[in-house]
Amino acid sequence: MAAMTQTVNNSGRHKKRTFGEWARSRDGQKVFVMVAFMIIPLVLLFVFTYLPFAEMFGFSFYNMKYTGDRKFVGLKNYIRVFQRSDCFGALKLSLYYMGGSIVQLALSLYLATVLSFKVKGGSVFKGFMFFPYLINGIAIGFIFKFFYTRGFVFDTVLQWCGFSLDNLPYWLKDQSINNISLVGTSVWRYFGQNMVLFIGAIMSVDAELYEAAMLDGAGRFQQFKYIILPSIKTIITLNVILSITGSLSAFEPPYVITDGANGTGTYFVVMHEISHTQQKVGLASAMAIILLMIIFAATILQKVFFKYVFKSAEDEDLNATAKRDKKLAKLAQRKAGR
Amino acid sequence: MNSNGSNKGFRYFVTFLKYLSLVFFSFVAVLPIISCVITAFKTDTEYQQTNVMVPPESWFNFTNFTQAFQRANMGRAFLNSTIILICVLVASVLIGTQLAYVLNRFKFPGNGLIRNLFLFATLLPGVAMQISVYEIMFKLHFINSLPGYIIMMCGTDVIAIYIYIQFFENISYSVDESAIMDGASYFTIFYRILLPLLKPAIVTSCILKGVGTYNEYYCANLYLQDKKKYPTVATSLYTFVGPLGSKYNLICAGVIISLLPALILFIFCQKQIYSGLTAGAVKG
Repeated sequence: MAAMTQTVNNSGRHKKRTFGEWARSRDGQKVFVMVAFMIIPLVLLFVFTYLPFAEMFGFSFYNMKYTGDRKFVGLKNYIRVFQRSDCFGALKLSLYYMGGSIVQLALSLYLATVLSFKVKGGSVFKGFMFFPYLINGIAIGFIFKFFYTRGFVFDTVLQWCGFSLDNLPYWLKDQSINNISLVGTSVWRYFGQNMVLFIGAIMSVDAELYEAAMLDGAGRFQQFKYIILPSIKTIITLNVILSITGSLSAFEPPYVITDGANGTGTYFVVMHEISHTQQKVGLASAMAIILLMIIFAATILQKVFFKYVFKSAEDEDLNATAKRDKKLAKLAQRKAGR
Repeated sequence: MNSNGSNKGFRYFVTFLKYLSLVFFSFVAVLPIISCVITAFKTDTEYQQTNVMVPPESWFNFTNFTQAFQRANMGRAFLNSTIILICVLVASVLIGTQLAYVLNRFKFPGNGLIRNLFLFATLLPGVAMQISVYEIMFKLHFINSLPGYIIMMCGTDVIAIYIYIQFFENISYSVDESAIMDGASYFTIFYRILLPLLKPAIVTSCILKGVGTYNEYYCANLYLQDKKKYPTVATSLYTFVGPLGSKYNLICAGVIISLLPALILFIFCQKQIYSGLTAGAVKG
């Protein structure tokens, strides 16, 4: 475009470039390739993300179904979301999922630390624990319906451990325990994946650091505290943040295992039911918008928090490098001494 | 304390605990799957009369597998899933690498804005978006249409784009420059020179995207409603909801069939899967 205006301005002195010539020039080619390469992804992004986002916002002010008349109702949908006990109350369930993700993070951090060092059969253990991540959601639904059925897999294993069947609850029906059962399936599915991420982060730490620490006589726990934890702080923080937004939008376990029955309907399960089964599209849109607002607010808060953490992490990094230099110096001394 | 090796007993104990925990959590991870395998080989009477953890009489009783395969129309499902997988992978590799090429190699106003638009899109949870995507799919006549589903699946892959951009950053710009000096067009540079160099990144993102597409069931269930004509492997398992819902020997066989491709891929491409995940997570 710049080339074209330039030729127009200078048309008195230079021979005016025709569009054909411009198209064959480097500038023309550049624009052409940019348009050709970006048009499809941008159209897809617009049609399947931003257009629906805008439409959803519009829908939330109407009383409507996917087909037929729609009636403008103003903010009524939003008010109803807060009034209906099945909508907003369902957000309480995300506390279970937050608890689950904390357990999951701790567990995968422990396993990653163990597996990052030499362990016999390490890759086999890693493979076993990671594989659940690759199973599709519906299959997981069936596997765990089967697993938790009265007298089936879970009950049998507990009976091996000495529990009596009469004392065991119905894992998916009993309202005091069924959400924990569901969260368990989610932990089962993702702890291996988290573990692999953490192993990747731990492996990126300089191996000399561990050697130096070992020679200094630091125990495993001290190594974990002073070397591993500081160096993978970023990825842990990131995962904590992801797990908070993830818990708010928990959907899969109840959707595929209990279908939201017996008080397991999370916010998204209720929203799915309202939009696609009852076809109250306006109400469901309002629910979606409210949750998106909460997620955005949470994300912004986390960004601020993250910045703060990063700042303090940098300060500590300075300390860490100082410590590392000390340790390396000691290491050199010892080698020289021998 | 004891870490100097003065107390051998304590160290053995710690090692023992370490392996115990590894064995325990591996057991927890595979137990649900193992119990499914056991049950899948049982005949109806065996299933009703024996405990779920008792091994089957014969490990060669494949009747449940053949029955599940037929009942759930899994031949058709595998065909559909293969078509979807190939189309989505080819399309999203082309779209993703081209976009990453432009975003990485050309400076133009709006470059940062486009990157941010793609990043922001990851914040919107998929399930919530489908409320209004459904309406758009409906208007485009994309419901019960394999091409429609494929097009929708192509448009939502930000992590791959970031893997590509990261990779482009490591390919020196002098490669492009020398080709430009030789008079090569941008298309030639991209297809003949850069795309082959990008192969490791393409393999990584294909494995991730492939697993995701093969396992996708929420949108497949929503948009490919005609389960007779358009089952995918994941949605074909819905056959077992309802009257067949308690015949777990049949269901388990279906589940095992559906996860075999993932298992085979996992056995052969473990390394790429792990590294792909790590690469995706750092940027994503």
